Amino acid sequence: MFRFISGFGSYWLLLAKVFARPEKHSIYYRQTMKELVSLGLRSIGITTIISFFMGAVITLQTAYNTENPIYPTYLIGLGCRDAIILEFSSTIVALILAGKVGSSIASEIGTMRVTEQIDALELMGVNSASYLILPKVIATLVFNPFLTLISIVVGIVGGWIAGTAAGVITTQDFIYGIQYAFIPYYITYSLIKTLFFAFIITTVSAFQGYYVEGGSLEVGRASTKAVVYSSVTILLFNVILTQLLLS
Amino acid sequence: MIRAENISKSFAGREVLKNISATFEPGKTNLIIGKSGSGKTVFLKCIVGLLEIDEGKIWYGDTLFSKLDFTGKKEIRKEMGMLFQGSALFDSMTVEENVRFPLDMFTRMSEEEKLERVNFCLQRVNIVNSNSLFPAELSGGMRKRVAIARAIALKPRYLFCDEPNSGLDPKTSIVIDELIKEITVELNMTTIVNTHDMNSVMENGEKIIFIEEGEKCWEGCKTEILKSDCKILNDFVFANSLAKQLKASSLEE
Repeated sequence: MFRFISGFGSYWLLLAKVFARPEKHSIYYRQTMKELVSLGLRSIGITTIISFFMGAVITLQTAYNTENPIYPTYLIGLGCRDAIILEFSSTIVALILAGKVGSSIASEIGTMRVTEQIDALELMGVNSASYLILPKVIATLVFNPFLTLISIVVGIVGGWIAGTAAGVITTQDFIYGIQYAFIPYYITYSLIKTLFFAFIITTVSAFQGYYVEGGSLEVGRASTKAVVYSSVTILLFNVILTQLLLS
Repeated sequence: MIRAENISKSFAGREVLKNISATFEPGKTNLIIGKSGSGKTVFLKCIVGLLEIDEGKIWYGDTLFSKLDFTGKKEIRKEMGMLFQGSALFDSMTVEENVRFPLDMFTRMSEEEKLERVNFCLQRVNIVNSNSLFPAELSGGMRKRVAIARAIALKPRYLFCDEPNSGLDPKTSIVIDELIKEITVELNMTTIVNTHDMNSVMENGEKIIFIEEGEKCWEGCKTEILKSDCKILNDFVFANSLAKQLKASSLEE
């Protein structure tokens, strides 16, 4: 319990350092652009693949579980749309990114810590926490909403292809279903969740890496912890945000 | 000049530094020697402020460095350069970017001026045609030299070296020692070197502090070390047979 409270306090102290005034804006801008490529653009591939198959499976599952003449088939499209927008594109993609981006952040910063690169930054008078973490936070906050939008589109396309290929729904019914009773706020809800999740992934993982002590074994452990802790925090915030935003 | 007064530092109840005081003079290569685990690196990290001290004071000239906050320390840190044990070059940056980093961060120099300074520093440490290489592509000795180039990029007043010879062959060690000595004189820096390399001690030891189990046991220069009758120091310095022969011949003289 004491360790948890102490860790929680250290996390907030680290955030205070991260959001201190940057030393030189041009350097931070350059770093943010680099992080946009490494944390954002390089996540498009995995997001697309996962979203496509996720959409396909949701459509097929909905179809097999609503095999009843009472239910109109366009409900399959509607179910696919709502499941993807409300949960899958924000939460599941965030959990996948916690694995990919989170472990990469923790191991990168952790390695810098154990090889004294962070000490070298501090010794030069650079706020190492801000220099290393702030560009990552900004990059994920800017780019992850685009990943969510890509995931929504690709997921729905995946659902349409799988549904029509399996013969469980026609294209007309699917399109009617995804347009039926559409609430635009769901997109806003999904994007708000994405912003929270992006912040959690980056800061929790960076925290694990920044305070590593020891060698390569500890860096590996920190990387695992980063994935576990950020995933659990995402799930917890998913419940809280759903209650706050949809109730 | 750097002055450390009554420095104590503990980790989880274990006292690593016990009331150490020392003065480090400008234009000289000041050495901190002692066996592995004696507290040399902790002492050096306390001096540069990477570790908070439990008790004591650290002065840089007339400024009480140990009482300054991060912003206050930042101004003095801009005048520091440090060569870390593992070089601590930034993996994701090329040699040129590593040396240019402090210039990018703290100066308003034009791109041409920065490049000129980077090339000057790299030439000074005898690194040529390697600007676009990454640290992983360099040998241990080259990494140390690039780290020295980065450390001197902002023309610091203080240079700190933590085990500059560790992992290097004797010949490369001598090159690094000579480089540190020359640069110290050129820039009139206050240089503090942590080492247990006896060749460095005999080459560069203008002022030597010997630490044993967190306590300062002896202070002097390289000529005095051969004639010292401090038993712990003699056990450390003359641990190998070559050094024992050197001691014997020096006493005969």
